[in-house]
Amino acid sequence: MHPTMASTRGLKLPDSETAVHNLKHHFADLEQQKATSTFGMWLFLVTEIMFFGGMFASYLIYRLSYYNAWVAGSQTMEIKLGAINTAVLICSSLTMVMAVHSAKLGKRKLTAIFLLLTLLLGLTFLGVKAVEYHGHWVHHEVPGANFHFEHEGNYDPRQVSIFFSLYFAMTGMHALHMIIGAGLLTWLLIANARRRFSPEYNSPVEMVGLYWHFVDLVWIYLFPLLYLISHHHNG
Amino acid sequence: MSAHAHPTVKTFVTVWAALLVLTALTVFAATLELGPFNAIVALVIATVKALLVLLFFMELRYSTALTKVAVVAAVFFFFLLAGLSLSDYLTRGWSSYINPFH
Repeated sequence: MHPTMASTRGLKLPDSETAVHNLKHHFADLEQQKATSTFGMWLFLVTEIMFFGGMFASYLIYRLSYYNAWVAGSQTMEIKLGAINTAVLICSSLTMVMAVHSAKLGKRKLTAIFLLLTLLLGLTFLGVKAVEYHGHWVHHEVPGANFHFEHEGNYDPRQVSIFFSLYFAMTGMHALHMIIGAGLLTWLLIANARRRFSPEYNSPVEMVGLYWHFVDLVWIYLFPLLYLISHHHNG
Repeated sequence: MSAHAHPTVKTFVTVWAALLVLTALTVFAATLELGPFNAIVALVIATVKALLVLLFFMELRYSTALTKVAVVAAVFFFFLLAGLSLSDYLTRGWSSYINPFH
């Protein structure tokens, strides 16, 4: 344990002190520690790409197999809500990147403002998603005993049920990532208020930033695949 | 902080504006009757947006070669997953001529 650790806990630390305080003993210096964190985070995101990739591949295979059902299911989506949520997430990525930028400059209050904005935009996204889920529930579009889909078209309604299973799996996993992200942002807000970050040490803000942008990235593909590409086709 | 090239606030705001314009564009493109090109246009726009987020917001442009290799590998393995799976599903009908029970 670093000698200053016990004595300085909870006290305001000058920037250089914060840096020393946060250097773990198995790293040579802060630069090496940061490079390791960054690469570790990217490796985690690579596993996340493969995790969502499995669902995207299933979506692709089923879309080609049950094309008419896929078009019918996709046309129940509210493009307006999907587009609003896309814009909300893009704005949250800007506020996140600004939070990281502010943290690197050591501007604590600005960091807090941008983290809070990111959190609020994230919660807005989840709110809109909840409205959409409620609509699907009311219209009996949730797979299971209450699933009921009667629209004109040349397909088996059970195939539409598979579409909705993948829709809920993909957007549900995405929403779960958003909820975890909201938790991480709250943690950052608290740590930031406790003056844990400085221009020398701000890796947690940067790593949560990478995570947040990744979640945005997944939605950038979910939006066209689920809402847009079947808009004009006939089932 | 360091001598490395780093994106500025102006870069972030420009990328953000571009992402919003591309979102409006992809929604507009979906209202056009383009046949199979609806999906292609939407995916091309999505990929441009994804690249903007990766390169500038996630600062991949300024990252180490090791990080870039990891990301390219992930994309490669995703295409391997989707490509080989599809090459199975899309060609299953082809095998009927060697089906001994047919």
